[in-house]
Amino acid sequence: MAAEALVELENVHFARGPHTVLDGVGLRITQGAIVSIMGASGGGKTTLLNLMAGTLAPQAGRIRVAGQDLQALNFEDLYRLRRRMGMLFQHSALFTDFSAFENVAFPLRRHFRLDESVLRKLVLMKLEAVGLRGAAGLMPAELSGGMGRRVALARAMVMDPMLIFYDEPFTGLDPISVGIIATLIRRLNDALGATSILVSHDVQETFSIADYGYILAGGKIIAEGTPDALRTSDSELARQFLGGKPDGPVPFHYPAKDDYATALTGVWAAGEAI
Amino acid sequence: MAFMEFIPNLGRRTLRTVPNLGTASRFLLLSLFAVVNRHFSIQQLLKQVYGFGVRSLLLMMVAAFFTGMVLGFQGYYALVRFGATSALGTLVALSLLRELGPVLTALLFAGRAGSALTAEISSMKATEQLSAMEMMAVNPLAWVVAPRLWAGIIVVPILCVIFDLVGIFGGYLISVPVLGVDGGTFWAQMQSNVAFSGDILTGLFKALCFGLVVTWIAAWQGYAAQPTAEGVGNATTISVVTASLAVLGLDFILTAFLFT
Repeated sequence: MAAEALVELENVHFARGPHTVLDGVGLRITQGAIVSIMGASGGGKTTLLNLMAGTLAPQAGRIRVAGQDLQALNFEDLYRLRRRMGMLFQHSALFTDFSAFENVAFPLRRHFRLDESVLRKLVLMKLEAVGLRGAAGLMPAELSGGMGRRVALARAMVMDPMLIFYDEPFTGLDPISVGIIATLIRRLNDALGATSILVSHDVQETFSIADYGYILAGGKIIAEGTPDALRTSDSELARQFLGGKPDGPVPFHYPAKDDYATALTGVWAAGEAI
Repeated sequence: MAFMEFIPNLGRRTLRTVPNLGTASRFLLLSLFAVVNRHFSIQQLLKQVYGFGVRSLLLMMVAAFFTGMVLGFQGYYALVRFGATSALGTLVALSLLRELGPVLTALLFAGRAGSALTAEISSMKATEQLSAMEMMAVNPLAWVVAPRLWAGIIVVPILCVIFDLVGIFGGYLISVPVLGVDGGTFWAQMQSNVAFSGDILTGLFKALCFGLVVTWIAAWQGYAAQPTAEGVGNATTISVVTASLAVLGLDFILTAFLFT
């Protein structure tokens, strides 16, 4: 694995209104690797992906992708950089009025003037790689969740990107589809010589394909390392997350105003909020 | 007490509205000028013109036909008292060309095509299709919004012309065969009293402005909607209500300025 960093974050802060989402995140993603970012739901993982893709801007800190500072790029340059990125969205985000074939062809049609026969070959190659050449003519509504995500994967790959983002690629899929998607991510990453950043809370599948992982909690990176190193991490929070323990540093109970006994036995005025 | 809260509330609302208006105006300008963007497609524009036009055509014709017939009846009722039924053709034509044609076309367009447009764009947002486009380095303003905006500007005046024609025909059917007004007088009066630039063109200019405003509001409400099922529903309602009120308000302003 080359040690050159493709994506670098330094001390990134991001807040939505008064709510701090990321509080000084720093990471370094090397070229060719599959890197997973894990954390609880609502923990800012997707925000982190959007920051790396330049669809959001951090309030403080620096994000460099392929040696370019995202904050310093103008609109045109950012779009030029995005042509070398792909993203698999959580809900596939296929264009509902286009067939599977046209969905995959969309980026090619928009960015290049290709001969129809060349375009057809390129699209069919990508669909074949995800095993859905036979479904080329189907509309997104006719595809199952797993198939839709594979078409979206083919679309994310069609420009041969250097960097691919996956937003919860395993969520809501049956075990067979999860296995297929995981295998495809590994295989396509290596075949394209790309770098993949995978945001997920699915520990087992993610660890089966990731080279390196980060665990995000409370807006900070609390642990990082190879999957094996993370499993034996001495961070209690990391152990709670990876082991799926209901209680620990992340409490089971949402904080309440008073204690349980008072809430059950106490007197309260009618109409008062619980 | 309630009054004391009224003033800060008014201030807060104003402070919220003004930047929104600014963002919406910027959205409008960026989308209008996106015709020069390389991702603007004439095919998409034609598809939208066809969609907006054909989807609204039957509705417009039926509404225009009834409006014209009612104008025939009501106009006759007013004019017959003064023995001026010969002016019925003029009354029907001027009412439609100057006022009812553009306004009703725009209101129906807001209900039919505007609501569909808001729902379409907001669902595209809710299902991350707009974000996906951005990630593929295709500007959604150029690919999605601009063709729809220009289609609205092109289609509403055309629909307005059709509305006027069908409406006048409806007025004729009631005035001449039913109420017994002389056919020759009906058309001759209309021909000599309707001015091309003063009546027809100002009506079409109004329709053009309404087309822009309705499509702008519809597209903006869709684009700014909360990306949830509830957000899509809310945006659609707000879009129709705001667009309809905007048409009526703008109609007053345009009429006052164009009045000669």
